[in-house]
Amino acid sequence: MCLGIPGEVVELHADRPDLAQVDVSGVRRAINIGLLEPGEVGVGDWVLIHVGFALSKIDEAEAKAAMEFLESIGQAYADELAALQSSTIE
Amino acid sequence: MRFVDEFRNAEQARALAARIAARCEPGRHYKFMEVCGGHTHTIYQHGLEDYLPESVELVHGPGCPVCVIPMGRVDDAIAIARRPEVILTSFGDMMRVPGGDGSFLDAKAAGADIRMVYSPLDALKLARAHPDREVVFMAIGFETTAPSTAVTVRRAAAEGLANFSVFCNHVTIIPAIKAILDSPDQRLDGFLGPGHVSTVIGCEPYRFIAERYGKPLVVAGFEPLDILHSIDMLLAQLEQGRCEIENQYSRVVPWDGNLTALKTLADVLELRPFFEWRGLGFIAHSALKLTERYAAFDAERRFAVPGVRVADPKSCQCGEVLKGVLKPYECKVFGTACTPETPIGTCMVSPEGACAAYYNFGRFHRQRLLEVTAR
Repeated sequence: MCLGIPGEVVELHADRPDLAQVDVSGVRRAINIGLLEPGEVGVGDWVLIHVGFALSKIDEAEAKAAMEFLESIGQAYADELAALQSSTIE
Repeated sequence: MRFVDEFRNAEQARALAARIAARCEPGRHYKFMEVCGGHTHTIYQHGLEDYLPESVELVHGPGCPVCVIPMGRVDDAIAIARRPEVILTSFGDMMRVPGGDGSFLDAKAAGADIRMVYSPLDALKLARAHPDREVVFMAIGFETTAPSTAVTVRRAAAEGLANFSVFCNHVTIIPAIKAILDSPDQRLDGFLGPGHVSTVIGCEPYRFIAERYGKPLVVAGFEPLDILHSIDMLLAQLEQGRCEIENQYSRVVPWDGNLTALKTLADVLELRPFFEWRGLGFIAHSALKLTERYAAFDAERRFAVPGVRVADPKSCQCGEVLKGVLKPYECKVFGTACTPETPIGTCMVSPEGACAAYYNFGRFHRQRLLEVTAR
């Protein structure tokens, strides 16, 4: 829950400006981007995700570094990814 | 990879360690608290204490939201979950947290409908799918997760979802830090500030720590090098006689935080007069509840909760661990009666809890040290 996980925005929805499709380690899910400024993120941008919400936009280097770190911590990240996989935000 | 080189380069770590050692005044002992459980995790996992001179001591703070939930609140949630119409939802981290009368897992085994969700929005979806049931979301966490709850409540209101409510246990970090600063049994030289909470609240709220308490704070990232760098920044301040709030994690944390998140929070959630923290006791204005405007979605108003205060088991010393007075392994039941599989105290439950982090990585690390020295 406290892990911030980086995701790459792969799709935005014109009719739902508060949602975005992201890719997290190959898992694609919808997340809420309503806590960012309108128009702050576009396809190809990276965000830090907490419990299904993007809390901040980050650059690619930070995203890669965070990902490396998360993959190194093992079970806690695996659990977080499994939880994300079970999520169907709409 | 460039990124690995940038953030986890062992040479850089050693260079930082040498600089840290050089900054230490001979004969002086430095005690820094890492407020956030994520930092505790990094410190143990990478054995960062081995990079530090003996005169620099890291103590673990109260920044693990699962760890600070008092037993009575778990019991209250279970009381709600036992109602036949209720589906209680919460994050996976909550499932094994012991209450006075067992954990969520125990209650689930006894027939209560308790489900794990990844996001409060998943709980909202359950409410839409089960209009005949009452879906309650047990919200926990610091300012990192509170805005998510706020957005979810707003959505529920906009959709008129009358069968959704929130059992709110959100806490705020500043009063906890203040309680530790006011605690007579803790003498600290500075703080590593929580990275993700600061993404929301920014760096300004920490100013009183420098100005009123004369302690420096550096908001720190989660990579091993971030933590070493932040310790170096704290020592540099002490060496130069400065006492300031600095932001080492500026690549993620804006100085002013996330204004959209703060505005949403202010609309939906407000401070409670007081709230009990496990181990720290009652702290004034330290937790959040739903504002009058969204009172219809407050599970504590919708359902009668027992609200009984339950004392921690006598053998459990989570309180001392949360205040940084005891190291995890100094607790009487650490690793014997209390393990991640059968936790007595909350610090052993969450991967961010100091005891779980120490248990999971400390042993491994000691084992590896033995192997290396045996060569």
